[in-house]
Amino acid sequence: MNGMNKQNFLAMLSQQLHGLPEEDIHKSLEYYTEILEDRMEEGMSEEEAVAALGSMEEITDQIFAETSIPKLVKAKVQTNRKLKAWEIVLLILGSPVWLPLLIAVAAVLFSLYATAWAVVASLYAAVLSFAASALAGIFATFLFMFGGYFPQAALCFGAGLFCAGVTILSFFAVNQIAKAMIILTQNILTAIKNRLIGKGRA
Amino acid sequence: MDIQLKRGLLDVCVLAAIKNQDSYGYQIIKDIKPYVEISESTLYPILRRLEAAKCLVVRTAAYNGRLRKYYQITPLGQQRIETFKEEWQEILAIYRFVIREDEQNERHE
Repeated sequence: MNGMNKQNFLAMLSQQLHGLPEEDIHKSLEYYTEILEDRMEEGMSEEEAVAALGSMEEITDQIFAETSIPKLVKAKVQTNRKLKAWEIVLLILGSPVWLPLLIAVAAVLFSLYATAWAVVASLYAAVLSFAASALAGIFATFLFMFGGYFPQAALCFGAGLFCAGVTILSFFAVNQIAKAMIILTQNILTAIKNRLIGKGRA
Repeated sequence: MDIQLKRGLLDVCVLAAIKNQDSYGYQIIKDIKPYVEISESTLYPILRRLEAAKCLVVRTAAYNGRLRKYYQITPLGQQRIETFKEEWQEILAIYRFVIREDEQNERHE
């Protein structure tokens, strides 16, 4: 951005952000105006101040990266070129075909995701049942002891301890799995976001 | 450095820069720059994020015949700095352990 003045820079930024909510664009422009004026007050020329901001791509990347996914989708849809009349006709005529397909694909992907979490939930349930068995085992031990049935008491004590051990070990294992799922979710969201940003530039 | 880590660090740096006195964009950058690499384009989303998280509030004030936005830390922002300090005590302890083990290892070799 060599040799660009403040006004051109702001106009270009505003154009790059087109499609984002007005308020967001306004705030960005205000911010960069203030920075440029502060730099110029320190003795930089208008062109130097603009050049010091770095590339326009980096500026917009940073803004998009912090914008929520729904806002991004809206912005990208709006900045795309206008559809031609026949494309709109095709889209509408074809909608009985592609709309259900699109919904089906989305539903399948979502159900896969939900299933993965259901597995995690059932693993937690299994851990919980081991914990309950452990408590029941200890409780039964006392009952048998008071009743004088010592071999049975020993059996229940052993079983209870075993369940407690399994509970502790599996709890940590399942926690790790849940953590992995959360990281996976974050990665998927980031990937979706990057695609949206990348598409905007192509 | 890990991106998530750097993001978190920059958030706290910005909060630290406005902790004792309200500050504005360019001043924040000048204050932080000796310690962390930060540019105007990086600072902007951080300010928006911290504002959304209610860690700071923005007020517009007249300065030299124009408007300037001043950022003021909130109690939530103060809390964020405290949490950071506590967390890094733990990380420092781990760091010392790693360094010590590493040095001992070298001596054995």
